[in-house]
Amino acid sequence: MNRDQNIAGSLNRLRDAAARARRPIVLMEVCGTHTMSAARCGLHSLLPPNVTLLSGPGCPVCVTTPTEIDLIIALAQLPTLTLCTYGDMVRVPGTAGSLERSQGAEVRVIYSAMDAVKLAAASPSRQFVLVGIGFETTAPATAACILEAARLGLANFTVLSCHKRAVPAVAALFETTGVRVDGLVCPGHVAVITGSAAFRPIVERYGKPCAVAGFQEAQMAEALAWLAEHVVAGQAELANLYPQAVTPQGNPLAMRLLDQVFDTRATAWRGLGTIAESGLFVRDHWHAFDARARFDLTVPPADEPAGCLCGAVITGRATPAACPLFGQTCTPQDPVGPCMVSSEGTCHAWYRYRTTRDGKGLIRGGAGVSHA
Amino acid sequence: MCLAVPAKLLERRGDEGIVDLHGTQVGVNLALVPEVVIADWVLIHAGFAIQRLEAKDAAEIWALLAEVAKIPEEIPDTTTRELI
Repeated sequence: MNRDQNIAGSLNRLRDAAARARRPIVLMEVCGTHTMSAARCGLHSLLPPNVTLLSGPGCPVCVTTPTEIDLIIALAQLPTLTLCTYGDMVRVPGTAGSLERSQGAEVRVIYSAMDAVKLAAASPSRQFVLVGIGFETTAPATAACILEAARLGLANFTVLSCHKRAVPAVAALFETTGVRVDGLVCPGHVAVITGSAAFRPIVERYGKPCAVAGFQEAQMAEALAWLAEHVVAGQAELANLYPQAVTPQGNPLAMRLLDQVFDTRATAWRGLGTIAESGLFVRDHWHAFDARARFDLTVPPADEPAGCLCGAVITGRATPAACPLFGQTCTPQDPVGPCMVSSEGTCHAWYRYRTTRDGKGLIRGGAGVSHA
Repeated sequence: MCLAVPAKLLERRGDEGIVDLHGTQVGVNLALVPEVVIADWVLIHAGFAIQRLEAKDAAEIWALLAEVAKIPEEIPDTTTRELI
């Protein structure tokens, strides 16, 4: 069976389940790559009218708080310091501009976390700080960098860890926001590290079916069909629909590395507030490699930009179209909020794909806000 | 940012490896998948191999990425620019 037949088959199953449901079914994905993939292939337009696919807190840059962004930008202002970061972060606006527009900041965009260690080893007279943004997928690479810097005895390499854990965020979303979600598409590449079993507590505690899914449209359609069928049947179960890359137990070496280097503590998320045990902070044992310990990094608490709905967008409480800034003062060229910056951000995906697909220009208002 | 890409391992020396990433040779760290051997397929994220893959699965995953790469670039992408 080819891929199109697979998609058609899954969409037929989804339509059958939706027809049996006789009520709205709300599904959510919590991975920026799922957001991008679904938007790119127009998956939303293929869903039955009573099925909605929301995007949750799955874009690492988007869940980073305004205060953390200000902290990163303040750090970059320090003399004789080079900030090493993945590309998305440089354009995220803080209270006083972005890293990209920051005067005097030396910022290196890296593709491999270990490049930051190599840069530090090559220039002992400068401080190098690796900005750790991302979920469990990315955090093991940061942890490995700290071990390597320790092995090399580097005195000029630290990490500013803003790493976060995906499962506590999903739990918080269900508990505190009141957003109605019937089933969850679990993030495939987080699950590569954590294992699909990490999502079992969500199934058991909240009675929601969860499906770990890959990123092709056929894999996403399959996950939506499976979830809708289980929602209709009232079966809260866990499925691993991405067995090509995901095992139940994940990558035990990576998980051990996370535990060795990071302490799990409460941390703040954009749109979700402070969530217990959701932040990965450098353990005291490794304080010599912790930028929070080495530098005086206090910045005043920052708010979201005026009018920006990113916090509501990443928790499924509003769609980008409900934001008064969307496509007006906030565009990929000149973003106001992080969801418009990152290629995995919901607003960016909507701007790029959903505003041009139907040829009507910007889709605005109407179905913008999803009520619990 | 949780995007991960499949690549084929060409060389390894300890935890350092060279992979073929769709025709481009890039260095990766193999500390998280110590069991891999030359000619294995691996999933790469942030310069680290995070999972071993079967060849047929790697090809399937690559098919998606090839399509994502067709994303129209009418939006200026400054995120890859090095800022000094």
